[in-house]
Amino acid sequence: MSIPIRKFDAVIVGAGGAGLRAAIQSSEAGLKTAVLSKVFPTRSHTVAAQGGVAASLGNSEEDHWHWHMYDTVKGSDWLGDQDAIEFMCRKANECVIELEHYGMPFDRLDNGRIYQRPFGGHMSNFGEKPVRRSCAAADRTGHAMLHAMYQRNVKVNTQFFVEWMALDIVRDAEGAVVGVTAIEMESGEIVLFHAKAVLFATGGAGRIFYSSTNAFINTGDGPGMAARAGIPLEDMEFWQFHPTGVAGAGVLITEGVRGEGGILRNDAGERFMERYAPNAKDLASRDVVSRAMVTEINEGRGCGPNKDFVLLDITHLPPETILKRLPGIREISIQFAGIDPIKEPIPVVPTCHYQMGGIPTNYLGEVVVPQGDNVGVPVSGFYAAGECACASVHGANRLGTNSLLDLLVFGKSAGTTMVEFIKNHPAAHRPLPADAGDYSLARVDRLNNQKDGADVHATRLAMQRTMQNHCGVFRFKDLLAQGVSKIMDVAADVARTEIKDKSQVFNTARLEALELENLIEVAKATIVSANARTESRGAHVRDDAPDTAERPDGRDDKNWLKHTLWHRDGNRLEYKPVILKPLSVDTIALKKRAY
Amino acid sequence: MSSRTVEFSIYRYNPDKDDKPYMQTLSVELDSTDRKLLDALVKLKAKDDTLSFRRSCREGVCGSDAMNINGKNGLACLTDMEKLESPVVLRPLPGLPVVRDLIVDMTQFFKQYHSIKPYLINNEPPPERERLQSPEERDELNGLYECILCACCSTSCPSFWWNPDKFVGPAGLLAAYRFIADTRDQATSERLDNLEDPYRLFRCHTIMNCVDVCPKSLNPTRAIGKIKDMMVRRAI
Ligand SMILES: Cc1cc2nc3c(=O)[nH]c(=O)nc-3n(C[C@H](O)[C@H](O)[C@H](O)COP(=O)(O)OP(=O)(O)OC[C@H]3O[C@@H](n4cnc5c(N)ncnc54)[C@H](O)[C@@H]3O)c2cc1C
Ligand code: SF4
Ligand code: SF4
Ligand code: FES
Repeated sequence: MSIPIRKFDAVIVGAGGAGLRAAIQSSEAGLKTAVLSKVFPTRSHTVAAQGGVAASLGNSEEDHWHWHMYDTVKGSDWLGDQDAIEFMCRKANECVIELEHYGMPFDRLDNGRIYQRPFGGHMSNFGEKPVRRSCAAADRTGHAMLHAMYQRNVKVNTQFFVEWMALDIVRDAEGAVVGVTAIEMESGEIVLFHAKAVLFATGGAGRIFYSSTNAFINTGDGPGMAARAGIPLEDMEFWQFHPTGVAGAGVLITEGVRGEGGILRNDAGERFMERYAPNAKDLASRDVVSRAMVTEINEGRGCGPNKDFVLLDITHLPPETILKRLPGIREISIQFAGIDPIKEPIPVVPTCHYQMGGIPTNYLGEVVVPQGDNVGVPVSGFYAAGECACASVHGANRLGTNSLLDLLVFGKSAGTTMVEFIKNHPAAHRPLPADAGDYSLARVDRLNNQKDGADVHATRLAMQRTMQNHCGVFRFKDLLAQGVSKIMDVAADVARTEIKDKSQVFNTARLEALELENLIEVAKATIVSANARTESRGAHVRDDAPDTAERPDGRDDKNWLKHTLWHRDGNRLEYKPVILKPLSVDTIALKKRAY
Repeated sequence: MSSRTVEFSIYRYNPDKDDKPYMQTLSVELDSTDRKLLDALVKLKAKDDTLSFRRSCREGVCGSDAMNINGKNGLACLTDMEKLESPVVLRPLPGLPVVRDLIVDMTQFFKQYHSIKPYLINNEPPPERERLQSPEERDELNGLYECILCACCSTSCPSFWWNPDKFVGPAGLLAAYRFIADTRDQATSERLDNLEDPYRLFRCHTIMNCVDVCPKSLNPTRAIGKIKDMMVRRAI
């Protein structure tokens, strides 16, 4: 088979926050860079982020990166790597200021500095009381940030390939990454991008669940491609369910609403979070709030005719505050819940939101895999950043506003590391293997020729329902085990999907079938990893690992203080230690997590 | 849960097999949870996977699913099914070349956006901390920065239809004013020079179609008016 080839120094797959930030590094360094995206850059799902980006600027009150680091380690339920967490929290101010210099329209304080609001899990003085750390542009922070970074890329002349979908990674005999294959949507042509280095920033895969705050395009393409290329996926059992998705629609209501004073209430009107988190109350960490809500609902204190949601109340806030700080939320409530939050509370339920795991990297953004005794050997020429990557700063549970920060810090650091790698290897491109591209062509061929196959829409729905019912906010031993075998059945269907549309021009049926092949890898990794981890930690909570005196909250540090690595080949699991040693400060010692 | 059947008339064109575009009649059964037009389109596509349209966020922030809905441009994901008269007539955004079905070629639209230098220009070395801006100065950007580049406005503007290569169009001009209005930007006069031309700015005849269709309730006409005022003041 033959395939057209295009040559670049660097290929960046993804033009959301992480990809755009990396591209700035690459373009400013003068490298010949191609940035591929399934959608026009400003349509990437970073655009939907609402609440803010964390940085201990201390614009409203005293703050310190070390406190931020403490909160992040605690939020991660100690599964986050403390070197990467220190790196991120220390770089936060610099990266947010840079973004301001790019033109980001942050809200302002009277003294002209960036406006900051409180957010769940962000506290001052090592967990004492909530601190204003989230830098915000109303409740449209992601939109403002994504546009500002796209605009910066226009300024530095980044070359975009818009509406191109990457299909597979190309590795040579030594395992080095030497390119990717991609399909141009408009023409249907498949091309091989030959590169000295490839950086993945493909975002999340929230669409493995039935109810999700994620966009249709969040299909885990990066992890899917990595898994098919023999790279393991890290900590995929950890998914964040955001406490406040609009009941029914799944659209997110930012935690910033609670930061501005919003209160969660059950059917009796009770502020139930006072019982679950006496200090932080409605601003406890997300996993804690989500479980409290589900407990209220399960115990019959939910609202509505089916008692299946709780209420987020901001009717006590001055309408001016809502109009000024939360205008987008008001729009969403009117559009998707049919109520005006100035007058009525918003019906909300925990909704799948964020993938803590992903392609394993170190804090330099290099993709790392175990090799012999070394648990973290860089894959030559391969980098990853953003939600598709696992650095791991979020561990078992991400704090709100730490993801946008992750994009800035690790987008930049992965970009910088990649630029250095390319500059230090000025030689010609590594040669392509003879069969480069054949694998992708064969996948598309299979799809074009499939007869009596499985329906894409129905198969995807079966996967989403299975994940939702078997691997949700609370997890049950038996359901997990059944879920694994159900997902393997779905995977067999994914391998024989059939599409009616065989045409070349903008064939979205074909794209959706290819996306499903990525989603299923993420779903398998998630449920297999979750089934194996027999403790409760952060977002992963099982019925057979309850809260006991010996194991508070069911966390089992003796056996499970370690990262999962799932290999596609044979559905095999292996583990690697958590990095407990930060770069310069002392380890934040293990402790029970209380808010 | 009540369900109901809704009739559609949809513009279809696949250059691989159709000589010319045609309108196709389709119908779909909707549940009470299918509130938005995008929900209906997703259901239609599940029945006929050749139906092609763009979509991503399904919450009105990404700007992917702009189309002409019963004669008016809008986002499918923000359009209530309940409020639509049957049959629902869907066409691609007017004035741009059609790639396939409801998917248009947006090249010209983005070219105009890029032509206004849509980025902050400030050649002073950046300070160590943020550039300061008062809340009032920041408020000047409200109603400007929220644009999602959906093209509903420009593709409903007659001036843009006639001169898509020469008239910047409402979305591009809104973006131009977003930077002019930013106290951190130093390129105001360069930006005005860039628009000083019989077509780029002055083709706007204040017809207001743009304001009428913007799904984010933005007002490009007002921004255009402000740029025109600045031109006049500068000329005196
Ligand atoms: C509704 C919502 C609100 C949020 N609010 C906040 C918040 O307030 N604060 C916070 O810190 N975090 C927030 N988050 C989380 C955060 O927004 C995301 O984690 C983050 O934006 C992901 O950015 P990214 O750059 O990794 O990916 P994305 O922005 O999702 O971008 C992925 C990119 O990859 C491209 N891509 C994917 N696959 C392919 C392929 N095969 N080929 C080519 N291109 C491809 C896409 O086109 C896109 O350009 C929120 C998330 C959601 C869903
Ligand atoms: S007001 Fe101007 S830009 Fe808006 S539609 Fe009319 S002519 Fe076009
Ligand atoms: S101004 Fe409004 S209609 Fe025009 S592109 Fe922006 S958001 Fe869309
Ligand atoms: S799908 Fe994003 S605006 Fe409608």
